[in-house]
Amino acid sequence: MAYPTQYRYTKEHEWVDVHEDVATIGITDYAQHELGDVVFAELPKVGAAVTAGKSFGTVESVKAVSEIFAPAGGEVLEANPDLQATPEKINTDPHGAAWLIKIKLNNPAELAGLMDAAGYEAYIAEKNKEASA
Amino acid sequence: MESMTTSVVTELRKTALNAVHRRLGAKMVNFGGWDMPVEYPATGGLVAEHKAVRNGVGVFDVSHMGDIRILAGRVAGGALAAVQHLSMNDAAKLAIGQAHYSALLYPSGTFVDDVVVHRLGEDDFLLVINAGTREKDIRWVRENTGGLDCVVEDLSDVYTQLAIQGPRAANVLLKLTDANLAPIRNYWFTHGNVCGLPNTLIARTGYTGEDGFEIYVPSDAATSAAVWDAVMEAGREFGILPCGLGARNTLRLEAKMALYGHEISDTINVWEAGLERYAKFDKPEFIGREALLAAKAAGITRTLVGLEMTDRGIGRDGYACCADSGSAVGVITSGSPSPTLGKNIALAYVSPAMSAIGTTIFVEIRGQRVKAKVVSTPFYKRVRKTLAA
Repeated sequence: MAYPTQYRYTKEHEWVDVHEDVATIGITDYAQHELGDVVFAELPKVGAAVTAGKSFGTVESVKAVSEIFAPAGGEVLEANPDLQATPEKINTDPHGAAWLIKIKLNNPAELAGLMDAAGYEAYIAEKNKEASA
Repeated sequence: MESMTTSVVTELRKTALNAVHRRLGAKMVNFGGWDMPVEYPATGGLVAEHKAVRNGVGVFDVSHMGDIRILAGRVAGGALAAVQHLSMNDAAKLAIGQAHYSALLYPSGTFVDDVVVHRLGEDDFLLVINAGTREKDIRWVRENTGGLDCVVEDLSDVYTQLAIQGPRAANVLLKLTDANLAPIRNYWFTHGNVCGLPNTLIARTGYTGEDGFEIYVPSDAATSAAVWDAVMEAGREFGILPCGLGARNTLRLEAKMALYGHEISDTINVWEAGLERYAKFDKPEFIGREALLAAKAAGITRTLVGLEMTDRGIGRDGYACCADSGSAVGVITSGSPSPTLGKNIALAYVSPAMSAIGTTIFVEIRGQRVKAKVVSTPFYKRVRKTLAA
């Protein structure tokens, strides 16, 4: 699966799609593959505050709980309503239909350090090399 | 999200099939110091593997488990005496060719390990033990049989052990052996030619709650891979899948089978674990017998129950349980989504007052109290079928 070039990426395998001061956040294809079949997503409520670097929810497979970290601080505008009934969308369309939350950014500059698509692809290539060593 | 990759594998122990699992693209994990497959994403992953075992057949490499043989010494009866001393179940009741579930206990009545005892001969026993407790168990057996007239052999590295599990397991095995499987009922075993290997132990045992067999073949890499490939080929028409430790755990949890370090441990006794039916007190002696009787008389203070989450959330290993009032009532030992039931289930130790079926218990999940109820176990019971000849 390709990594959209207009997104930015974190070391914790989240993607961010920014338009002015609204950021849509999800987990990457690499993350869903590591997790296995997703059975559950716990997302914050509309209006909740998220803090840069802090966990705002979880995505769970049968085997594991993965916390999702906010790449920047803000207020939750929307949480994806489809993921309660069909969490498996996170496996099939992690970069599109399975976005997790949309937030109003407090400070868009907090996103400055994120990787672009090429940088993220290099980052996970390195991870894959480590894993098979 | 947090990274899940395990990158350091050099110090981990490997079974003879390690290269096969890696060739199949298995996701590998460190299990008790062993580099083991947790699931095989290329053929569907954990849920697909779980369903294959429930509906068809799956094959597991369980060679990390250990094997201790206790044989006669100079005088007949020494091996039986040793097993009777070490093991809480009554080995004298085993026919040759029969196995049973038991446990090795500490003098306090808590668990050294659970074990399947196979009676190979009049005075000849094979104990199959857990991977994580191999060295501890062997030391325990040697220390506690020093004065007894028996021979103790650690055969753990001698065998590659494959578990072929599911309603179609017998169909698969019948293509690979000339042994007569019809009389081999659940927890009985035989020896026969398997994949051209003579005198192979074939036991109708398993850890999934389905029908199935465990076979013990020589542990050299070439033989092990050849047998694995033969099993996969024989199972192809039944939709066989390679199955990892992830599915092994969800299957045994649904069947309410204990996992060492979770439902049983050196701080949990037989009554608490609900395993007293495997402890035979009319045996005059076994390690832990007196402590168990005393514990019963003193009153049991926690008991293992089944839980089903009734509100959204997955209660997992180690999560705390509390009452509506907020007071602590126990802890989950094993918890997970159940692929067969489509619910989130758990086993938990709770105070006896909270153990009645239907009791509401709250599970603390990352700071939230999520409702669950006590349910009867096992969560899943297979439909008994006769062997398809």
